[in-house]
Amino acid sequence: MNNFLLMRDEFVLLGIILLLLVVEILLTDKDKKNVVGIATGLFALHTAFGFMPLGEGSMFGGSFQTTHLHHNMKNILNVGVLILLLQTWTWARVKWSNRNRLTEFYIILFSTVLGMYYMISAGDFLMFFLGLELASLPVAGLVAFDLAKKRSAEAGVKFILMAGVSSAVMLFGISLIYGITGSIYFTEVAQSFHLTGLSAIALLMFMSGLAFKISLVPFHFWTPDVYEGAPVPVSSFLSVISKAAAVFAMILILFQIGKGMTTVWKPALFWLAILTMTVGNLFALRQKNMKRFLAFSSVAQAGFILMGILAFDEMGLTSVIYFSAIYIFSNLATFGVVQVISLKTGKEQMDDYNGLYRTNPKLALVMLLGLFSLAGIPPVAGFFGKFFLFMSAAAHNYYLLVIIGVINVTISLYYYLLVVRAMFLRKSDKPIAFFKNEWPVQIGLALSVIGILVLGMYSPFYEYILQLASN
Amino acid sequence: MIEGIGVFDVLAVSTIIFFVGLFGFVTRKNMISLLISIELMLNSVALNFVVFNKFLYPGNIQGYIFTLFLIAVAAAEVALAIAIIISFYRMDNSIDADEMDSLSG
Repeated sequence: MNNFLLMRDEFVLLGIILLLLVVEILLTDKDKKNVVGIATGLFALHTAFGFMPLGEGSMFGGSFQTTHLHHNMKNILNVGVLILLLQTWTWARVKWSNRNRLTEFYIILFSTVLGMYYMISAGDFLMFFLGLELASLPVAGLVAFDLAKKRSAEAGVKFILMAGVSSAVMLFGISLIYGITGSIYFTEVAQSFHLTGLSAIALLMFMSGLAFKISLVPFHFWTPDVYEGAPVPVSSFLSVISKAAAVFAMILILFQIGKGMTTVWKPALFWLAILTMTVGNLFALRQKNMKRFLAFSSVAQAGFILMGILAFDEMGLTSVIYFSAIYIFSNLATFGVVQVISLKTGKEQMDDYNGLYRTNPKLALVMLLGLFSLAGIPPVAGFFGKFFLFMSAAAHNYYLLVIIGVINVTISLYYYLLVVRAMFLRKSDKPIAFFKNEWPVQIGLALSVIGILVLGMYSPFYEYILQLASN
Repeated sequence: MIEGIGVFDVLAVSTIIFFVGLFGFVTRKNMISLLISIELMLNSVALNFVVFNKFLYPGNIQGYIFTLFLIAVAAAEVALAIAIIISFYRMDNSIDADEMDSLSG
């Protein structure tokens, strides 16, 4: 019975979801917008509660497993979701205040996070599959949330069809793995999963499902369209939380079942990394819409993350988690600014940002820090994240990959600085007028900036993850 | 078990169904056809699990359980997809995938 407490995070979040259903019934139409405060407050409590230490162990015959590492991955996701919720405060209260669908947004969002928990903690393919579907199907509902816009519905259709076909390919891979090994538990699969032609095909099919979630090239075609069509908070969620959770799940599963198969998946990931970095960067160069631009930039960032997975040791694992945490904060900062500007003015083009520094200096600074961190410019955290990724790849003699990575970082510097130039140097006849954000949005933006600065300067965080990873 | 039908016969069928689905997904333009293609792929996976369980690991139960969950998830997925397709249809009066052109660049 004591064992059940290992699932504490999941139970608390499930409790919040059920509580929101009751709240939805109890609130009158006039008070509906208080849901925003209730949901955000409950999630803030859940995040704080999540930092309490949790034991290690497994449940349900090994289907569900948790260690301090799993627990801290969930904490990282929690912090990201909390910042996102704070940033969406105005969006939710203003845009959806007179409609009855506000509670749905939070319920769907939290179920997605619940799915990610199960995906990370999975000990067998069934639990992993259920978690993955719970983490990706409701997102289609969120993408199509803006029922009045054709673009939103179109993005939703694209997302759910692509998600369906990629999970079908992944499941075919899992069924082959079951046929080869006779088990769906990772521990038992690892014992009898050796290199044959069939097992290579099975593993690659399985990984393509995750590659879709992380939006690696050539599984990235949905990314720009869906990010552009979806409401901005949902694009932000997809590019940050959803991607980080899939990265965590991928590296954990590869560590459990991939040991005997390194000759198959390492070359595959090697080429995927090169393709993803290069294609993402080259397409980002020519984007004029901020959401599409950030979509391709997030595709390129995923390529860098793969370098850490390729290293396949404690240092690689640590650098992936460390980089993902930094990436969450940096991308939330940029997306947060895009979101508040899109909400206030409806402008999403890069040219609209001309002269932003003169009218809204604080927003421009947040954006600057976020972009610097994404580009990897030294004083901010993004530099250290990329540095550790490159180091772990170089430690395993992936010099070609590191060289291509460095070239790509240089290219990415150009287009990140294009936005900076627009904000700080360009002049505009009709700049975005000054506006003040509500306090929760300000806290959300401030938290992401603090994350960027602190993670870069405060090294114990890295050492703490390294210590967890080496167990 | 039917006499004379081995594991490879059924696997051939399920593989063919899978690739028919994949082919349909790539070539068809109607969104409902796309959904049917996805269903074909998922059902071939279900067939795979049952066949592996029945022929190779008769003492196991994991394959059957996986199939049950798979069917439930596939049903949820189709319900959601059709809901979104209907909301698209209301705005565009079309369920043709070629009509989806407002997002590009």
